[in-house]
Amino acid sequence: MRSIIVAIICFSLFSSCKKELTYNTMLKSELSVEFDNIAGGADLQLTTATYTNALSETFKVTKLKYYVSNFVLTNTNGTVYTVPKDSCYFLIDESDEDTHEPILNVPEGEYKTLSFLLGVDSLKNAADVSERTGSLDPGTTASDMYWGWNQGYIFFKMDGTSPLITSMGNAFQYHVGGFGGYNSATPNNLKTITLDLTTRGTPKVKAGKETNIHLFVDILKALNGTTNMSFATSAMIHSISAGVPVANNYANMFTHDHTEN
Amino acid sequence: MNSRYFFIIVFLFIGVVACEKEVIERFAGFQNPANFPEPVYHFDTNPVTKEKFELGRKLFYDPILSANNSISCGSCHIQTAAFTHHGHTVSHGIFDRTGTRNAPPIMNLAWNNSFMWDGGIFDLDMQSIAPITNHVEMDETMVNVLNKLRSSEQYSRLFKNAYGTEEISTSNFLKALSQFMALCISSNSKYDSVMRNEGGKSFIADESAGYEIFKTKCGTCHTEPLFTDNSFRNNGLSISMVNDQGRYLVTSTASDKYKFKVPSLRNLSYTAPYMHDGRFFTLDAVLDHYTRMENTPNLDPVFQQNGSLGLTLNSDEKIKIIAFLRTLDDRSFLFDKRFSEQ
Repeated sequence: MRSIIVAIICFSLFSSCKKELTYNTMLKSELSVEFDNIAGGADLQLTTATYTNALSETFKVTKLKYYVSNFVLTNTNGTVYTVPKDSCYFLIDESDEDTHEPILNVPEGEYKTLSFLLGVDSLKNAADVSERTGSLDPGTTASDMYWGWNQGYIFFKMDGTSPLITSMGNAFQYHVGGFGGYNSATPNNLKTITLDLTTRGTPKVKAGKETNIHLFVDILKALNGTTNMSFATSAMIHSISAGVPVANNYANMFTHDHTEN
Repeated sequence: MNSRYFFIIVFLFIGVVACEKEVIERFAGFQNPANFPEPVYHFDTNPVTKEKFELGRKLFYDPILSANNSISCGSCHIQTAAFTHHGHTVSHGIFDRTGTRNAPPIMNLAWNNSFMWDGGIFDLDMQSIAPITNHVEMDETMVNVLNKLRSSEQYSRLFKNAYGTEEISTSNFLKALSQFMALCISSNSKYDSVMRNEGGKSFIADESAGYEIFKTKCGTCHTEPLFTDNSFRNNGLSISMVNDQGRYLVTSTASDKYKFKVPSLRNLSYTAPYMHDGRFFTLDAVLDHYTRMENTPNLDPVFQQNGSLGLTLNSDEKIKIIAFLRTLDDRSFLFDKRFSEQ
């Protein structure tokens, strides 16, 4: 008898839960995506912490910035929602916490995949200057994320120091850009990141409640991967071609850690 | 002096002054020269007005754009040298720093689909950022420039006059500069008058002969009427100590190594020295180069015909080509008050 009551209570709880999770796809709600920058298993600490790359070179990071844009979410029912492009150009700056958790407005629902671009798409790189506002304004936020001499945004910028670098105050600068070229083709360092959200917690977006997709962004993976970057041999990366190996690595630096529903 | 002559002289003088004033005050916006193609600049997203053009001109000549307020755009782009840095192989920027390339003219930019010797910039609106932020040119940040302008009452007023708002945005700042630069049009050379059949002007014999030789030997790349096809080519210059790899630096494509933008040939008399690094001081030296160039990587196929390198030109042909090239000089461009610092 008691077990029947427990079962009934469980069932009613379950059904009430289910009832709560009906979605009105005509309604939109906020979904935040947290870009939690880490180094290996630890939170990234600018300037103070010392890290070691795959080649056993030690280094410190003084600056980390990158663009994420062109967000697309796929509902568990297969519907694809493309976030309006101009609402989702975000510059993640490790030194500015306010930038770590951009907010998207998406229809209510449960989402199985998140995809976005690391970088700024080619169309925006060629857009009229009047359409380069907010995070893309080369006179404000984007002033150090824009190549004046080779028209285009810097997608990813990591500066730091390593004792293995003997010149320039031990400094390294890894600046990666290159959207494929305008008048003639160049290497394309734009990377589309697609993350499965189902194994670490499917986000359930519903008006009136907060949902957060928590991503880990491991900067060690930008250095280690298909090409293990060496500070000793490559301290300065400022051209599109030099950035290619870093871009191939950073395509794999994002993982979905958990979802706060 | 006879008093009648005196009055006539006075009247003439007044006439001249009045005319000059009229020229300064009349503003016709963008006018496409009759013998030019349609411009490539997007005037539709930056409609020309007198106020924006004049704001752009003021900015062009204002050293506030540089880190220590010492260098303006006009410092290295001097109107009387057809907006080049006359006599400088490579330009002197801030703190007497020098770069690796010769300052190109601000001339007929509305017909250019890329900018800089390597074509790294493809929108005139985005061009000004490069010299402002370049370490050896103005060494300033866009953020600082805009803040300096915002703290100036005069600029607040000028931006309001031009854009209806005192807000000085990146876009409004850059587009004003574009308006000035896009309107720096040189289209009144003797060549233009001949082509447009103005005032019965015609080439003299050497110019005519030079024009014919030019069309066969030079016209492939220096296409009329702007005298550039806007392409990037290796014209066989020896590789200097600087080892400037030209367009390769922006495209990372091996076949672009040592290619530079084909420059216009207009106003050559005022824009020496020549080539991307200003290595040739005279047109004679330039033409001599074209007859004995070096086979460096990616040398343009146009210079590898008939089993020899470069062009075949005898000294008589060279003299005639130069006679023709001088017809591309447009002295009125050098002294047009609309383009001068006010």
